[in-house]
Amino acid sequence: MKPRFDAGDRVRVLDLGKAGHVRTPFYVRHRVGTVMHRAGAFLNPEDLAVGRVCGPVVPLYRVGFAMVELWPDYAGDPADMLAIELYDHWLEADGLPSQSDGEAP
Amino acid sequence: MSADGHPYDHDHDHSQDHAHDHAHGHDAHEPLVIEDEAGNIEGQILVAALQALLVERNLVAPGEVRREIERIESPGVHLGAKIVARAWIDDDFRRRLLADGKSAVAELGIGVGEAQLIVVENDPATHNLVCCTLCSCYPRSILGQPPAWYISKAYRARAVREPRAVLKEFGLELPAGVQLVVHDSNADMRYLVLPQRPEGTDDLDEAALADLVTRDCMIGVAVLPAA
Repeated sequence: MKPRFDAGDRVRVLDLGKAGHVRTPFYVRHRVGTVMHRAGAFLNPEDLAVGRVCGPVVPLYRVGFAMVELWPDYAGDPADMLAIELYDHWLEADGLPSQSDGEAP
Repeated sequence: MSADGHPYDHDHDHSQDHAHDHAHGHDAHEPLVIEDEAGNIEGQILVAALQALLVERNLVAPGEVRREIERIESPGVHLGAKIVARAWIDDDFRRRLLADGKSAVAELGIGVGEAQLIVVENDPATHNLVCCTLCSCYPRSILGQPPAWYISKAYRARAVREPRAVLKEFGLELPAGVQLVVHDSNADMRYLVLPQRPEGTDDLDEAALADLVTRDCMIGVAVLPAA
């Protein structure tokens, strides 16, 4: 799988509703962040955890979020941020109209 | 157990997750991680039974498990301190370390078996803090086993929710204007904070500098005082 995103891209974290060994914590789902850099490609931990070790590898990114994006009542400095690793299939480009928005003007 | 340097070695880190997956099988409202005083009794019984079987069938020699635990627990904070001290005295090394942590620490003869290593640098305008909200991922190859508080649910939850309050409880009050960056090591990277070199240490050699470096300042819950 080729990485779909690169540094600087705005991405929204999907909520895939998967169970099991999922590495995307709930607190970043639906939130918009910025790709900091690509972080290689790894076997999907969701598959590894149940013994599927054949791949394919999935691109991984480090994504930065403003703390105030994650927590609207965040009490620290507005510049504070969180950096986290997210796999490609948990991300969509932000700014593209989603299916439910109907046709773009 | 996977061999040294096995790419999926991070399974070691996720023992907490396995515990909670198991708990979910009984009751979705059970706590995510069983953290009683005596440890996870159910898990201990299973492990002891499995180990007894493996020994009985000559698949594992008695003592082999203990030696493996000893091997896993032998790395210590001194390795992280060595990396930090070298970065302070050697700018080229520092640049390589920030660009590719795993390759740079290999130059010092330190192997990072469990994952990739990302080194994040503190400076007068930036402070970094490391946590793992999902389990207990930690750069074990270079810092040893994580402290109990690092794997506590309270730290894991609060480090991303109210990190400045957490730091204050550790005795570190970050001034306004210093950006705090919290790193959740949730997947395939491990993180090491490169602390700022304390003032008044110009005369110290590499070994003396390494002696100053503490575990907590490499996790980011502390900074080093001026010498």
